[in-house]
Formats: sequence, structure tokens, C-alpha cells
Amino acid sequence: MNESLARTPLYEEHLALGARMVPFAGWEMPVQYAGVIEEHTAVRSSAGVFDVSHMAQFRVFGFGAFDHLQGLLTNDLRKIAAIGKAQYTLMCDEDGGIIDDLIVYHTGDLEYLVIANAANRHTDLDWIRLHAPTSVELAGHTAEERDPTGVVDLVDESDRTALIALQGPAALDVLRELAGDRFEMPVRFSIGEAHLDSVPVLIARTGYTGEDGVEVLCHTSHAVAVWRMLLSFPEVTPCGLGARDTLRLEMGYHLYGQDMDRGVDPISAGLGWAVARDKGEFCGSAAIARIRERGAATRLAGLTVEGAIPRPDMSVLHDGIEVSKVASGTFSPTLSTGIATAYLPSELSEPGTEVQVVVRRKVVSAVVTKPPFVRNTSLSVSQA
Amino acid sequence: MYPNDLKYHEEHEWVRVEGDVAVVGISHFAQDQLGEVVYVDLPSVGDEVVADETFGEIESVKSVSELYSPVSGEVLEVNSVLADVPETVNGDPYGDGWMLRVAMSDVSELDGLMSAADYETFIAE
Repeated sequence: MNESLARTPLYEEHLALGARMVPFAGWEMPVQYAGVIEEHTAVRSSAGVFDVSHMAQFRVFGFGAFDHLQGLLTNDLRKIAAIGKAQYTLMCDEDGGIIDDLIVYHTGDLEYLVIANAANRHTDLDWIRLHAPTSVELAGHTAEERDPTGVVDLVDESDRTALIALQGPAALDVLRELAGDRFEMPVRFSIGEAHLDSVPVLIARTGYTGEDGVEVLCHTSHAVAVWRMLLSFPEVTPCGLGARDTLRLEMGYHLYGQDMDRGVDPISAGLGWAVARDKGEFCGSAAIARIRERGAATRLAGLTVEGAIPRPDMSVLHDGIEVSKVASGTFSPTLSTGIATAYLPSELSEPGTEVQVVVRRKVVSAVVTKPPFVRNTSLSVSQA
Repeated sequence: MYPNDLKYHEEHEWVRVEGDVAVVGISHFAQDQLGEVVYVDLPSVGDEVVADETFGEIESVKSVSELYSPVSGEVLEVNSVLADVPETVNGDPYGDGWMLRVAMSDVSELDGLMSAADYETFIAE
């Protein structure tokens, strides 16, 4: 394996569990242990644990933290004014191109924790550091002083932070048992402190599987202890990036780099719900408002494909003419069918529209389907 | 893992010789590398297969591989079970996970295949 790949603090644990390791976003990560379908099923029916320590964490704090992030991110931070709340959000450039998708946690007075995609770590950091938002009131300062680091501190916590996701209908019970009687489980999309067998951690009630569950943040030196604690429960199965991908695509959750990138705006990507309409100016707001006004030319649509597995970059046809390429595509272990996403011309993006996917030598029919592909998970039940 | 009565192709298919008929499947090594098989695309009865050329595809959640025929000849039978229960290839690659029965047109092609011992050395490299 390539020597330049980074390793998480759980690398040796993965090897000991017989994981198959693959390069992902500059990291050497487990793609599977026992098998993707088995791991996928464990998460839908019981609980799975994922090492996602490759992801990046930034801490943004100081008197200017709110204004700075509010001027850079598309969602409205006022919705998470209460400490402990979290939201999904996007960071866009002036043209509305998506730089990254993020979860922002309001972790304290004047403080936010941002979890970002591993591959975007340095791009995001540079953008947050250098992009003094127009909405920040810095009148009277010189150009030099406009550097937002003067009013906002930005710390890259990625190297010393491990992130372990525990997901599935049994996840919360496992966590409650480890965290003790005094622990109060954060509600969905919020974060709180806990001690797991004396290890200090942050518990975020978020995830990327469509199941209820948490993501545990801890110092890298405690990662092995937390990982082993979680795996000591027979109902918890170690899961790799393979299952993470099938689980998230069944829910229609976006994967940066496949479902969207700098060349795509939030409206086309179907992420308009994460772009505030009434919070004032922010980076990309004017461009996104224009796209909203006139309508997106293409939209990310879900596809259900029978009898073949659609994969990224396969051609999507309508009436024999290529209209798109598959963005994300895989086999859905829950539905036992192929599922995919693709940017389709808006007039073809209505559910029920019939298109075709070219799977190597075969042209296979596909039906536009509004995600999530899988409903009635522990998350949809607990939210109902 | 690698039965001695079989011969092995370098693309990880095996052959069990039954007179002039070759039963064809994929090796334990191949199914393990693929992971859980979710589709197997096989030829039809009566199709001709050619040694060292593809006769179908096998696909797991994460990857797809071509299937290469170890011998030439006419397809007498295909394992229809694999259309509905493709993971049989994982559970029993040398038994119920067989793929084709081929009427061999050139039995000498078998000489180019590996023994179990040679194949084990080959995959260890």
C-alpha cells in the first residue's frame, strides 16, 4: 500500500479484525471486514461501528465566530442558537459552487465545531481563514486587520481527533450502557459531553446511515479504548466504507465528490433545504437566489435500476440519447436492486420518468425515484 | 480451499473434467476477493465459449469482474440457481456455485491449466 497514505489511530485494530484496506481521500481505510452486505444488514437491524477518523474537524471560536460562519455557510446558524444544537450546511463560492458539505455543532459560547470531508480539509481551512465575509462588520479596520483570524480563531483539530460512528436501532442502548445513569442522550442533531468508562468524549446524535445513532468524538489517544468498548457488545458489528456507502445511498444522502462538487450549486443538487432564504447575504447567496428564481437546468435525481448495478460514470440515456452520467451508484442490500443518482435535465427528473443506464454491454431500464430509496428505518420511526 | 481434482485457470476459474464435459466455476480465492456476489451474468445453453475469452460477468457490491473460460466448447447447461441466489458462489464455489457445463471441443486445452498446488503458489505471489 502507498506509504504516503495517512492512517487513523485504529489502523492496527482494522488489521486485527481482518479488514480489507483501501486508499480513500488520502487515507488507508477499511472498506469491509466480514462483507458489505453483512455489515449493511447489521446496521439496519442492530448496530454497526465505523471508523471515520479520516474526517476533518475544525473549531471556530471568538466574538466573531457567529458572523464569520454565518457569512460563509448557506444554512442559518440562528436555527442552532441553543448550545448543543447542530445542522447540516454547505459552504459555497461566490458562484454558488459547493466547496463542501458540513455539519456545524454549536459547542459552546462563541464556539462552533465543524465536521468536514477529509478530502476537503485544506481547501475548507484556507477558505474559512482567508475569506472575510462581506456581511461581517469590520468597518474601521485596515485591510490587514480584516483578516478574520483577528476576531475569529480557527483551529484544525483533525490530527488529534478520532471520530467513531455507532449507528443502528441498537446503538443508543449500547451507548447508554457505556455512558452511565447520569448521561443524558442528546436529541437528534445535537451534541453533548459524556464519559465512556472514564474516557471523556463528545457524543453527536448525527450520522450518515439513515439509522438512529451517534458519532463519538474523542482524542486520538483514546480511540482504541472507545473502539474496543463499543465492539465488546455482541450486537455491534465493525463496518467499513463499503457499507457506509450503500447505507448512505439508500437514504439519498449526498457524497461530496460524487453527488456534488465545486461545479454544482445547491439547488441543482437538491440541497436547497440547507440554504437559508432570509438570513441576509452570505457567500454565494446572490448566485443561488438567481438559480432558485429561474430554476435549475439539471437536478440530481434518484434512479432505481433492476437487474444490474449502476456505477459512477456509466451513461444515462433517454430515448437512446445520452443525457447524463451516473453520479453515485451501487447495489442496495435492503432492496436487492441497483440504485443510483444522476444529474438529469429538469424535465426528466420527475419521479416515474423512464431512462436507461448503460451497464457495460447492456442497456438497462431505470426509473427516476425520489430518495430515500429505503424508508422505515429506526430514524424515520423515532422521528415519527 | 483448492480441491486436487480440479484444474485452475490464471483468471481464477476452475474446471472439473467429467469425460468430454468440463464443469466450470470460480475459485475460493476469486469469491473471497470479490466479496458477496450479487449478480452473475452467464451465457445461454448452446452458446460457444472460447478458452481464455470472457463468457460472462460476476459482480459484488464493490466490484465487477469478467469471467474467463478455461476451455473451448458448447455450453450444455448453466447453473440457473445463480440468477436468484448468486451468493451460492461464495458459500460453495466448487459445488452448488458451479457456473457452466461445457462440451469440450479441444481436450488438450486442459494441459495449459494449473494443478491445485501450482494454483496455490500462483495466488500466493
